[in-house]
Amino acid sequence: MAVFPRRRLAAVALAATTALLVTAGCGSGDEQGGDGPVTLTVDVFGQFGYEQLYQEYMAAHPDVKIVERGTGTNLDEYSPKLTQWLAAGRGAGDVVAIEEGLLVEYKANPGNFVNLLDHGAADLKGNFLEWKWNAGLTADGKQLIGLGTDVGGIAMCYRKDLFEKAGLPTERDEVSKLWPTWQDYIATGEKFVAAKTGASFLDAATNTFNTILLQNAGNTSGYSYYDTSEKLVVDSNPAVRQAWDTTMDIIDSGLSGKYGSWSEEWVSAFKQSKFATIACPAWMTGVIEQNAGPAATGKWDIARVPGNGGNWGGSHLAVPKQSKHQAEAIELAKFLTSAKGQIGAFKAKGPLPSSPQALDDPAITGATNAYFSGAPVGSIFGSGAKSLKPVYMGPKNQAVRTEVENAVRTVELGQRNPAQGWTDAVNNAKKAAAK
Amino acid sequence: MAVQLDARPPVTPATGNHSQSSGRLSRFDTRFSPYLYIAPFFLIFGVFGAYPLAYTFWVSLHDWDLLGSDHPFVGAENYTRLLADVDFWHALVNTLGIFVISTVPQLLAALWLANLLNRGLRARTGWRMAVLVPNVTSTAAVAIVFGVLFGREFGMINWLLDLIGMDAIEWKSNRIASWVAISAMVDWRWTGYNALILLAAMQAIPRDLYEAAAIDGASRARQFWSVTVPLLKPTIIFCTIIATIGGLQLFTEPRMFNSGTNPIRGGPLRESQTLTMYMFENAFSPHYNFGYGSAVAWLLFALIAIVAAVNVLILRRLGGGARPSARKGPTR
Repeated sequence: MAVFPRRRLAAVALAATTALLVTAGCGSGDEQGGDGPVTLTVDVFGQFGYEQLYQEYMAAHPDVKIVERGTGTNLDEYSPKLTQWLAAGRGAGDVVAIEEGLLVEYKANPGNFVNLLDHGAADLKGNFLEWKWNAGLTADGKQLIGLGTDVGGIAMCYRKDLFEKAGLPTERDEVSKLWPTWQDYIATGEKFVAAKTGASFLDAATNTFNTILLQNAGNTSGYSYYDTSEKLVVDSNPAVRQAWDTTMDIIDSGLSGKYGSWSEEWVSAFKQSKFATIACPAWMTGVIEQNAGPAATGKWDIARVPGNGGNWGGSHLAVPKQSKHQAEAIELAKFLTSAKGQIGAFKAKGPLPSSPQALDDPAITGATNAYFSGAPVGSIFGSGAKSLKPVYMGPKNQAVRTEVENAVRTVELGQRNPAQGWTDAVNNAKKAAAK
Repeated sequence: MAVQLDARPPVTPATGNHSQSSGRLSRFDTRFSPYLYIAPFFLIFGVFGAYPLAYTFWVSLHDWDLLGSDHPFVGAENYTRLLADVDFWHALVNTLGIFVISTVPQLLAALWLANLLNRGLRARTGWRMAVLVPNVTSTAAVAIVFGVLFGREFGMINWLLDLIGMDAIEWKSNRIASWVAISAMVDWRWTGYNALILLAAMQAIPRDLYEAAAIDGASRARQFWSVTVPLLKPTIIFCTIIATIGGLQLFTEPRMFNSGTNPIRGGPLRESQTLTMYMFENAFSPHYNFGYGSAVAWLLFALIAIVAAVNVLILRRLGGGARPSARKGPTR
């Protein structure tokens, strides 16, 4: 009698252990059978504006269910997750968005993705701006990793109400005339600051720095931190130094509100109308609307960016090899990146199409944005889109950019003077590139 | 320390009225079933503890790009580079700094709270439960709220400082200030928990010790310092060890405290980047250098082992001093 219960206990313990190990080991089995409805997961960040398109696609394909993850997340949260999923061989969505700065890193290991050229994507080449198409190709041109979604034509978004308070013109064409160059932009900013509206002229020097850099790079060498042979040129590329110097002038003139971009403080500053202008790639309009909220409807407007053109951001949609429904996922990616899909996304959240057909479509050329006082966003962003000059991004672009922008930030916050900041930027960038 | 680690197998001597086979089974049972009972821990530890530990070490000896398919063996190179890496030492100082700034006031406050709760308060259970409430909230939620409170321009703390005529503090880009802010988060969460543990230990102190002290004319404060605190030493050391382990692995609070672009750096000059954040920065975004990140993990492991060893040494010395006095208590 004394022995029996113990043995039973041992059996229970053994069973419990086995059960635990089994559940731990095989917790994430394949939930789907063969023929039933297929669930496709789409991983995005920021604002892609696909909601309506999913509904349409699901209506046309009753056997497909689409689940999206990640709208509103910061790129800095999204990219490590995606990389982990790819490295682990499971967890990634069936369709994933890849931002241009990270595309180069992913292209270096193309084995993680389905080669879209094997699935009839070659016929779609004419649907994209040439450089956007090429950006999705691996170096040898044999594998297409992703189909282009948007490009990031740049404008300058500004608060009409704050401009009025400061006695500056508010009408968008007149505002554009205020700043043909960045020096004019700074001069306007100084007037704005002198009027003491209680707001700063711009949000944070880092975003402006990146805008100026990409503009400079596009207009000159076509590369920023890395040259096209993938050599780090942060200290020798005049485009970088020039952008740095202009940014230092901006900081020096006290124009920046120092709201670290993408931080909670930045979002609060939007809500509380704490700055008057922000460098505005097409996709930023969706971010502004999200952050500033409905209360600011009609208070924002869009003018030309100082300097000449420029492209910041834009993404591709790719299908990871680990996807269990590759065929369906490829179809969905093709649909979302088609001219129709790009127009739909633009209407919803503002990312500028990378498809020439979409850019010529009246739905884009005639598009206005009610939130931005009815600004003709289609013509503001779209007109220059076809002449956009792409900027080459090197293998560790993201890490290097982080270091240089943090150096800008230390100067902005007064922790470093411009000379020390530049030394930090160069040294830390080199260190990051070597990791 | 009052931890009961009595691994006595529940042996009942086999009685004679069993058959031969049941006797053999019973001997088998007596000999091996204890191992079976403790097996779940070791199996799970093996799968989730020992194996990752060994694998991390293996990875740390390679140039291991997270996405790459080639992982060349580089020997100790990751370690030699790491030991010469100023950012690593910077993160180490941050970690130790935050640890000291958070743990010392935390344990003092917990002791004081426990002493208050040990008195005859009205609605005593309510108070005791209340101090534990911060502990059940989600760390991420706490960190986000504190991150907002400690904002430079829109934060409530700076607003209050302004009300009393003080200058605003750059909580996120001033190294010491960021340490203080993060320590405040940690303390808000863990002080009550430690107070309850200390309270439990206080209640195990025999009443007659206090009575005797009172008869000898000791004041309340004297009783606290001469009776309560010495008898609490083992528990205080236990709390210190727990706080050490938590403090050296601090991640969520400083990570969520920094929002914006690349928060994993812990501020523009890495003001509040802890070791775990540095590990993450290297192993994942933006470097994806798994080998280097694994080397950070192993050095962190070594650091924790060293600090734990120091703790054990202190425990031996202080614990040895405390036990004889505890034995004087007639109820023990």
